Amino acid sequence: MSGWLTGHGVSAGIAIARAFRLKEPDLAVARRTPADKEAEVRRFECAVEKSRRDLEKVKEQAARELGEDQAAVFAAHLLVLQDPELMDRVKDNILHQGMSAEFALKEAADTFISALESLDNEYMRERSADVRDVAKRVLGHLLGVQVPDLSVIREEVIIVAEDLTPSNTAQLNRKFVKGIITNGGGFTSHSAIMARSMEIPAVAGTQTSLDRIGDGTLLIIDGQEGIVIMNPEQAVVKKYEKKKAAYEEYQAGLAKFAQLPTVSADGCAVRLVANISAPSDADNVLQNGGEGIGLFRTEFLYMGRRQLPTEDEQFAAYKNVLERMKGKPVVIRTLDIGGDKQLPYLNLPKEANPFLGFRAIRLCLKRPDLFRTQLRALLRASTCGNLKITFPMIAALQELRQAKQLLLEEKENLVKAGIAVADKIEVGMMIEVPSSAVMADVFAKEIDFFSIGTNDLIQYTLAADRMNKQVAYLYEPFHPAVLRLLKTVIDAAHKEGKRAAMCGEMAGMEAAIPVLLGMGLDEFSMNASAVLPARKLISQLSKKEIGQSMDQMLQMETAEQVKQFISKHFPIKLG
Amino acid sequence: MMERSFTIIDEAGIHARPASILVQTVSKFSADVNLEFKGKKVNLKSILGVMSLGIPEGAEINISASGEDEAEAIQTITEVLKKEKLAK
Repeated sequence: MSGWLTGHGVSAGIAIARAFRLKEPDLAVARRTPADKEAEVRRFECAVEKSRRDLEKVKEQAARELGEDQAAVFAAHLLVLQDPELMDRVKDNILHQGMSAEFALKEAADTFISALESLDNEYMRERSADVRDVAKRVLGHLLGVQVPDLSVIREEVIIVAEDLTPSNTAQLNRKFVKGIITNGGGFTSHSAIMARSMEIPAVAGTQTSLDRIGDGTLLIIDGQEGIVIMNPEQAVVKKYEKKKAAYEEYQAGLAKFAQLPTVSADGCAVRLVANISAPSDADNVLQNGGEGIGLFRTEFLYMGRRQLPTEDEQFAAYKNVLERMKGKPVVIRTLDIGGDKQLPYLNLPKEANPFLGFRAIRLCLKRPDLFRTQLRALLRASTCGNLKITFPMIAALQELRQAKQLLLEEKENLVKAGIAVADKIEVGMMIEVPSSAVMADVFAKEIDFFSIGTNDLIQYTLAADRMNKQVAYLYEPFHPAVLRLLKTVIDAAHKEGKRAAMCGEMAGMEAAIPVLLGMGLDEFSMNASAVLPARKLISQLSKKEIGQSMDQMLQMETAEQVKQFISKHFPIKLG
Repeated sequence: MMERSFTIIDEAGIHARPASILVQTVSKFSADVNLEFKGKKVNLKSILGVMSLGIPEGAEINISASGEDEAEAIQTITEVLKKEKLAK
């Protein structure tokens, strides 16, 4: 069967190879009472011993191929496997509850999993996945079911799986595994992160790949576009072989930009920084040549849990990211919750227009308890690196002043209590609401920098919800109204000697970069993977030349005219 | 039986990495070693037991050991807690 599948491109690159299906074995457990309880315990111990030998092997393999850091996961698995409380509970289940080894293991593992999941510490909660992985391994041995072993692969393949566990990815041999396709997962799932760090092209979220792709099927995957082609014709293979060679050449050309500053063809320097959602993303930013963090979204600290994060938990996360960035600037945005991001434990009432409602700074100013906790954590972390703070969704001057006042109060409280706080912490605001873009000249006097959040600014300017298919056509970064607002904001910042940064998706768009450079934007914040292509592009553009045609672009009547002008005059593809 | 009390000073509490080191260290001793926090007692040779307590910064914990090498066990645990800057 030939055909196409689409998913999310989660690790760029192209691969052409045959499918290797990773079928998860059926580990269903039926309840039964064993006749000989002692023998049942011995059967369990034997399965544990086999699992221990597997794990020792996988651990060595991981240390060899992925480094000690990745191998540490399996050291943890071994500890779980030897855990006396877990083992005693299983044995007790068998001897005194009359359970089979399989059922006894499942019951004991589930007990510890739910204990870990109930903790209010995200890191600990994630450790429940380790228990799951270990239980699965032992269960496989108990049931005599072959748990698939990826380390035996000795020919070039593309792995097709439901999803990959840490045990799976540790066994991947880069030499033979050319690509990964998963039914589930997304950009931030474990297998996607591993695929990117191993530079293996990957497509996630294909839903039906396991049903539709047979073992040995010839596949092409495009990890950029998120496309899988099954049984391609010769001509298609030829086309992708060319694309693959071009991609590899392009990557090799980009690598040299990692160590270079960002400078336009006419010698103007700008800063390329990255947007992140978790402290651990910082490593990826540095690897991709990012000059700092332009937006650290703090929502992840608040989401997927049952109550607010404590000051110490937040402090640890902020300190972590600042230390990882080793003195490079890190802009942390205070809590931007509400709108499409809800926190069930705040019990906020349902709103008719959440995007025009009680969100971000509006909520924080009404809940000073919550806001002050975050500000204290930020201030305490300020001595650990180069921290800058930005407030989201400022629509009126009063909001900015109130937020700054609270920050000042908390700073004074900490200093009084003898806690060290950095002398000078730059404070900025997000420009997301048209009113603040129009009034940027007034705001510029009271801040150190602007961060323009184009995703919201565009949707508010055109009054179009970009998730609504009926009106998504209106959501247009190149609309002259948007461009004029951006120019107003950037000019207002410069007039006061302040910086203008942008952290919306527009900042990383190949077609928008020339325009933003020409307008004088100082800082572009984007996904880490977009930094090197952007640096290369900027090195080919003359800021002065684009600046000269800026008035002409700002006078255009439609987005189409702007886009045509860009594609005609600048060396970019419009995508 | 020997016992000693500690105050956790690491701001993340006893999290996964130091917990692993602690459990690996304790497992080398033949003595029974327990950790008590807020009236709950767990086997200090059990990584899941230790982690499931979710011990935070500032927690007062009590560690007790009983068996032939109990003195040596308590001594080594004290050293590890200090070396890992976990407790004082």
